[in-house]
Amino acid sequence: MGESLVITSGKGGVGKTTTTANLGTSLALLGRKVALLDADIGLRNLDVVMGLENRIVFDLVDVVEGYCRLKQALIKDKRFEGLYLLPAAQTKDKTAVSPEQMKGVVGELKEEFDYVLIDSPAGIEQGFKNAVAGADRAVIVTTPEVAAVRDADRIIGLIEAAELPAPKLIVNRIRPSMVKKGDMMDIDDMLEILAIELLGVVPEDEMIVVSTNRGEPAATLQGSRAGEAYRNIARRIQGEPVPLMSLEAEGGLLKRLKKLMGFSS
Amino acid sequence: MLDLLNKVFPKDNRSKDIAKERLRLVLVHDRASVAPQFLEHLKGDLIEVISRYMEIDDKGTEINLTSGEESVALVASIPIKRMKRHAGTW
Repeated sequence: MGESLVITSGKGGVGKTTTTANLGTSLALLGRKVALLDADIGLRNLDVVMGLENRIVFDLVDVVEGYCRLKQALIKDKRFEGLYLLPAAQTKDKTAVSPEQMKGVVGELKEEFDYVLIDSPAGIEQGFKNAVAGADRAVIVTTPEVAAVRDADRIIGLIEAAELPAPKLIVNRIRPSMVKKGDMMDIDDMLEILAIELLGVVPEDEMIVVSTNRGEPAATLQGSRAGEAYRNIARRIQGEPVPLMSLEAEGGLLKRLKKLMGFSS
Repeated sequence: MLDLLNKVFPKDNRSKDIAKERLRLVLVHDRASVAPQFLEHLKGDLIEVISRYMEIDDKGTEINLTSGEESVALVASIPIKRMKRHAGTW
């Protein structure tokens, strides 16, 4: 029996879908069987981020309405052993699926997969409630901005009200150089304000744009800092204690000196 | 040296401190208004505690959060009917 995680945030545009795609890919690279479930009915995007948009035949709503079996709607990602996507419907709206039906689909997926990652829509309405309905635990994604952290706080309250275990936080798109200057909230600021445990930190990385353009998750790229961060988070999800990576800007003078002197980690 | 640094880069001007402070204030409000009956519960508890010391008009009691520029305050208006007579030492 596998485990289901919902990736959610409240605010849109903080990187839920990118996070879902990269964590799913990373877990598959670690040898896990993973199902990605796009719960954003009407505004699906996980298929595009994964580069699987041309392979959709059936979707979540088709499964729920009985037009096809679950196995028929699952798209196998041929690049990564054990990785599958269940796309959202694009032409229906959020009321096409009920929380009970969502629980059913996720339950069925958990029988086959080690991990079911549910990509939640933004907001706190029915789509969000559906996404949370089938989840065993929740991962909150935020960025170091007032609006995103504020919405994360609201979501944490709703996750608690749904009686899920205490959620964990991913801080996305952090810019170490701005944090250093005092022009961006640092991790401790956000953890203190939200009173939440940290799952990981993902630095701002242009490679994310490039990899999304190509439909190839950055987690597969060895040179990507964000990809490395996502791979670390995937290992933490599995229960491995992986230390946070240093957020020192690459090629900084101190880092280069340390490297020269053999102190580099 | 540190003094000099603080003068050149005053802490208050760091935008992250402004962000933190704004966030702190907005969350006080969000959390209070989002939790159902938050203020009603607080009001009930306050009346219970204060009633041990004085007789108050619980129907006339009002409790609100008000925000100024840099702080959020809990403002309570609690009309007293009568002080209780106490035997003496506390």
